[in-house]
Amino acid sequence: MRIIRADKIKNLVSELCILANLNLRKDVLTKLKSSYSKEKNKRANQILFAIIQNAKIAREEGIAICQDTGMPVVFVGIGQEVFVSGDLKAAIMRGVGSGYKKGFLRGSVAKNPLKRGKPGYLPCVIHIDIVKGNKIKLTVLPKGFGCENKSALKMFKPTAGISEIKKFIVDTVKSAGPDACPPYIVGVGIGGTADYAGLLAKKALLRKLQAPSSLPVRQAGKLQANYKLEYDLLREINKLNIGPMGLGGKTTALAVNIETYPTHISGLPVAVNISCHALRSATGIL
Amino acid sequence: MVRLRSPSTLSEVEGLSFSFALYALSSTLSENYFKMIKLRVPSQLKQFDRLKTGDIVLLSGIIYTARDQAHKRLVEALKKHKKLPFDLKDQVIYYCGPSKTPKGKIIGSSGPTTASRMDEFTPVLLKAGIRGMIGKGSRSKEVIEAVKKYKAVYFLTYAGCGALLSKYVTKMKPVTYKDLGAEAIYRLEVKDFPLIVGIDSGGNNIYTIRNTQYAIPKNKQKKARF
Repeated sequence: MRIIRADKIKNLVSELCILANLNLRKDVLTKLKSSYSKEKNKRANQILFAIIQNAKIAREEGIAICQDTGMPVVFVGIGQEVFVSGDLKAAIMRGVGSGYKKGFLRGSVAKNPLKRGKPGYLPCVIHIDIVKGNKIKLTVLPKGFGCENKSALKMFKPTAGISEIKKFIVDTVKSAGPDACPPYIVGVGIGGTADYAGLLAKKALLRKLQAPSSLPVRQAGKLQANYKLEYDLLREINKLNIGPMGLGGKTTALAVNIETYPTHISGLPVAVNISCHALRSATGIL
Repeated sequence: MVRLRSPSTLSEVEGLSFSFALYALSSTLSENYFKMIKLRVPSQLKQFDRLKTGDIVLLSGIIYTARDQAHKRLVEALKKHKKLPFDLKDQVIYYCGPSKTPKGKIIGSSGPTTASRMDEFTPVLLKAGIRGMIGKGSRSKEVIEAVKKYKAVYFLTYAGCGALLSKYVTKMKPVTYKDLGAEAIYRLEVKDFPLIVGIDSGGNNIYTIRNTQYAIPKNKQKKARF
């Protein structure tokens, strides 16, 4: 058994909050740059350029990439051989609080969802998972709500065809339109239960964005089906001509990431979690 | 107007300073489609009538931030005929809740928030005298009608580019509703703040006309209006 002090967790979470909000993920930046080279629409090009410049300024000058530093979502994978000395959840909360304060990030959490009032940093959303091993993996995903507001869940019939599911996903992007800061990263969760599909959709956003050309479309196995679907959906979404800021162009989405899980014989939940172009997350291991 | 070459390779993009690069791209863009106009508010408000949807505007002067809760309060105050904390007449409202100001900076990250959430309040504020709004995304029919009626303009600005936009703010002062934190109303002084006209005073909406605009032959698009 390995003992990890709660303080260490707090410090790491604090660092991750700042890292995520100030440094755009490398895979996202790479994708933005390749989209910039490929985009023919001049206005779209100009906007992509501004987005790339924005990431640079944020990184170099220590300003948050976006003023909406999100509702922090923390994913914790605890190795089953780890013993946490101290209060784990309190440590994560304290970490978020101190990271958001140190990074001059925005307090965007309304304590009472109905009465609203002055927003603060806390609480964050925590997902805890027990995994093998003797380490703790922490991931902070500050999720802005311009795009979170465009999330959707649909409980399909088990007999629903793939074209229906595709249509639902594309329609969700269509209804987000220009409002949620395109180009988007579309996270999709298929299977599980209603809540689990939602979690899968969010977890899908954590996966590295891959270039469509490198997708193993022709390989056999379970992954292959997902990749093929991702590839097809990305192409379809990029035909919508929404484009950066919704002003046209073929860069409507940078990637579609799909996660699947077994589900009940009577249903087929599909959740879509849209992320704006500023998809921010940071991971650390203790 | 300064005409500069558009950066074409990625290394060029990385190496350029943001203002130079935006300027360069703006100018190539306006060569083909739209005008780039420098405007000062509130002194040049009259020019608002001449702005056309799709034009690029570099705005200087005074703007006020306000988002959901501030809108709710302003409209409630207007409905009860209470005195407002500041005069709305001829003002430009920026839908923005900036992040905290880092040491040595004027303002933190300060990009636009989704404008459609303000739709239900906007016609009332337009009636009360505001002339401009800055945000991101589409607006409702009622807002477009009200923009037309009150000869106002809805601007778009670079969504999700709060760090970049913070560079165009030269002064920041809290005005009212300080209990709302980031949602309070701040008075911002801006210089050459980059905007795109989303709905002009004629009620033309960029999201419905953009496709037809791009279909206009290039030689006809060059026609200067200013």
